Amino acid sequence: MRLRFATTALAAVLVAVVVSQQVSRAAAAAGAALDPEPLPQHLTETGLYASDSGSVVAPGVRQFLPQYPLWSDGMTKRRWIFLPKGTSINAASELAWQFPVGTKFWKEFRLNGRRIETRLSWKASATQWVMASYVWNEDGTDAVLAPAEGVNGVAEIAPGRRHSIPSRSDCSACHGTISMGPLGFNALQLSNDRDPNAIHGDPLGEGTLTLADLITENLLSPAPTHFIANPPRIRTSNPATRSVLGYLTANCMMCHSGGSDGTPLGPALAMGELLQDADAAARNLVGRPSSWQVPAAAEGHSVVVHPGSPDLSALFVRLRSRAPSSQMPPLGTVIRDQQAVDAIERWISSMR
Amino acid sequence: MYRGQLTTWVLALGLAAVPASLTWHETRALAAETSGDPDRLDRGAYLVRIMGCNHCHTPYKLGPHGPEPDMTRALTGHPADFNLSPATSGGDGWVWSGAATNTAFSGPWGVSFAANLTPDSETGLGKWTEDMFIATMKTGRHQGKGRQILPPMPYENLGNLSDEDIKSLFAYLQSLAPVRNRVPSPIDAPEVQR
Repeated sequence: MRLRFATTALAAVLVAVVVSQQVSRAAAAAGAALDPEPLPQHLTETGLYASDSGSVVAPGVRQFLPQYPLWSDGMTKRRWIFLPKGTSINAASELAWQFPVGTKFWKEFRLNGRRIETRLSWKASATQWVMASYVWNEDGTDAVLAPAEGVNGVAEIAPGRRHSIPSRSDCSACHGTISMGPLGFNALQLSNDRDPNAIHGDPLGEGTLTLADLITENLLSPAPTHFIANPPRIRTSNPATRSVLGYLTANCMMCHSGGSDGTPLGPALAMGELLQDADAAARNLVGRPSSWQVPAAAEGHSVVVHPGSPDLSALFVRLRSRAPSSQMPPLGTVIRDQQAVDAIERWISSMR
Repeated sequence: MYRGQLTTWVLALGLAAVPASLTWHETRALAAETSGDPDRLDRGAYLVRIMGCNHCHTPYKLGPHGPEPDMTRALTGHPADFNLSPATSGGDGWVWSGAATNTAFSGPWGVSFAANLTPDSETGLGKWTEDMFIATMKTGRHQGKGRQILPPMPYENLGNLSDEDIKSLFAYLQSLAPVRNRVPSPIDAPEVQR
């Protein structure tokens, strides 16, 4: 009798916990990122556009194009930055810029030509980035602030797969809220030495802001003028290594950087090393033990990169996966990036 | 209203499941050392006790009064050497099932295994930082950045803890003796294995 009671009570507790998860999920997500003041309800009120039309970009808002784009399930993206008049980016650390209060970034996501969402990152104070998303209506005339818990399944991006607006806590999972901020706006991503083999790389359009523009327009302080003659690049003589590591900088380094905002677990890439000796950075991945068990590897003998064997390499297997427990990146994508998978498979296969 | 009723229900039933709270002193006795603020460690131990962490993170054994946490393996997570057959599928109104150890759970999400919370550097929280632990509780993501934490971990409830309380929890867990126990990775539901 006592055994039956204990078992029943335990089961009831677990059921209640599982059910209450669904009830309180939204409240927890909302509470994870408190905003310093109410965000505008409409994208047109954030300063991106010159008018309420939602089409003409406001003066002072500059478009930019990272050479190694983050994979977003094949959606096309446009990005802009606004720096308050008279301010500049603190580039005392050439590879870790600090943005002035009032800086805003926007990123627009399109699917088959239709605007789906536009995300805003706003440096609201010296210590806080505020992030939010605005969801476009069907006819593309207005974009409204998404709830803090995000919106599931706003658009079908492949049969049975739908794009979701991230929660604000998921925004901070990658971007942080204190020091990291934007991820695709740095010296390497804006370098004028563009990688012709960058995976999903697009050519620079007219008027697109580059690293050289930032230097010559005194928007970086102190100005790293040596980047004019010697723009940063992933330093290797192997084009495949350059493009693969470039892809990893955009899609993995937001966590795998080993820095104060990154996880100390798992493999890490360091921007400084990539720009000095990318072959050494690649070698650091080879044979490095992985705590994640590669299915085809012997128990306890998983490695990040196994030369010549993609299927024995955690990096490849997890990048190829879109199963929730194993996929990398773990959020922001539900469709495999086949072009990247193919490139990384060739890269690892070529290693001896 | 609905949420309030649920909370009351959870608390009431949690109090009914008393074995873990009766043996928390044993948990504390496992602490290898009391580095750091003693008040913080006491607060962390108190929180572990009242929040029922042992219910899932300590393997159950059959005691004289029924199933109870095996405090000789306190907070070590699902035992790596515990053999489980494939989980039974739901049906006829059943949604989930749990292992005899109460450390593995099968449901619509797949199969989840309770983590090793001791500070073992390879299989537990030994390499975790305080910031990672806080982020995990707040975001519901593994290591604060990774995959979604799976049911029945009530991270939404824990996310409402103050940062100070989460720090106390972390300090207490880090004070435990490290135990090597490599908990299996979660198993995805068949329909999302891709």
